[in-house]
Amino acid sequence: MYFGILGTYAQSRPEPAKVDSSKYQSRKLKVDEINLVSAYYHQNGNNSAVTGGIGTEKLSDFANTIDLQMSKFNKRGKKNTFLFELGVDHYTSASSDKIDPNTISSASSADTRIYPSLNWTHSNEETGNSFGFTGSYSTEFDYQSLGAAFNLTRLSKDKNTQFDFKLQAFLDQWTVILPIELRTGNTGREHEQYDTAPRNSFSTSFSLSQVISQKFQAALILEPSYQKGLLATKYQRNYFTDGSLRAETLPDKRYKLPIGLRMNYFLDDHFVIRTFYRYYMDNWGIRAHTAELEIPVKINSFFSISPFYRYNNQVGTKYFAPYGQHAPSEQYFTSDYDLSTLTSDFYGAGIRFAPPKGVFGWQRLNMLELRYGHYSRSTSLVSNILSLNLKFK
Amino acid sequence: MKISRIFLATVSAVSLISMLSACSSVKPYQKNKINDADMTLSARKVQKFEQSFQLYREGASGANGGKSGGGCGCN
Repeated sequence: MYFGILGTYAQSRPEPAKVDSSKYQSRKLKVDEINLVSAYYHQNGNNSAVTGGIGTEKLSDFANTIDLQMSKFNKRGKKNTFLFELGVDHYTSASSDKIDPNTISSASSADTRIYPSLNWTHSNEETGNSFGFTGSYSTEFDYQSLGAAFNLTRLSKDKNTQFDFKLQAFLDQWTVILPIELRTGNTGREHEQYDTAPRNSFSTSFSLSQVISQKFQAALILEPSYQKGLLATKYQRNYFTDGSLRAETLPDKRYKLPIGLRMNYFLDDHFVIRTFYRYYMDNWGIRAHTAELEIPVKINSFFSISPFYRYNNQVGTKYFAPYGQHAPSEQYFTSDYDLSTLTSDFYGAGIRFAPPKGVFGWQRLNMLELRYGHYSRSTSLVSNILSLNLKFK
Repeated sequence: MKISRIFLATVSAVSLISMLSACSSVKPYQKNKINDADMTLSARKVQKFEQSFQLYREGASGANGGKSGGGCGCN
């Protein structure tokens, strides 16, 4: 009987509990992905604002960013994501070289801009809700910027509706560089002392995204913004009907309201239709309609070609006039064709390559995207841009 | 100007209401097409610098995922 009792106990001894690892989340900081984005941009035209609305607009820009996304889960299972980005742009400009036309090649003919930023987002993987903060900095020869932003995302229970909110501020300092003819005082070029002026920008963004069917989704975006401070580019010349010359002068306040609509439709296993429309208005009198159409063609499950076309129609600011046509009595004036009445076309194509075993057989190189676009403006400015994105996981 | 603003607001509101009222509830397991990389409701990362040059070369900005002004010596 004794051995029977012992045998019964042996049979009923509990086995070690099996651990359910399906919801295990590592609390180590891990790299989610790294993106390299580079672009080469080249433009030319004949309406340089630096020389009053005439002259070469030749410019080249080599732009690069690297961003690193890392995440970790905390004790309560909430996700913390860190996105660090560093950008470096180098440009050369024939028109900027004309700020002082007496030199063959001045310091203003080329410049480098460096701009780091860091975002932290706290999110709930189950609900999809999140909030976060961003800090940013930018520096180039005549412009420094400090930026901060707050972002918030809320999803409906069925996750078919998403609301995004963003609040952003840039507190900038602009070095006031006048055209050489308008500079006064004892200013030897090598020891030139420039004034600085603030330029602050504030914007809010409201976005509502909706899954409409299994193949169709859309988003409506409103992004009102306000700028205050030195909003004119003081090294840009303006010539008047009486032959006089002044530096560009614009109001110190600008209110902007762009409204955008994105609609994407999954036509079939080979075609997707991506569309974007934006209406823009501001208190300087600029009104613009922008429409984009892109049709990714899926050659197979990991390779697609995406031709695109963008059209922009802009009514220019009331302060614009071409070379030599400003009236001397005007309080505000610009001959910058970027702010004039214009239409533009931008078209090209991109290829996207994301094979399951990695690009060129390298597992870490998750995706390669290459995109070319040709831009032409009714003011005779033309440009070309070639962009590359490499994603590592 | 006032009429065009009213027209625009009306179009936006109608679009929004139509969009929401036409929705069918899509279950997570039915979202394989919606979750396709080409269906994201934002500009591609590779478009980043295209948006930058458009910000410099045109007066309009914003509502497209790029900057709406500030942070650079742009419009």
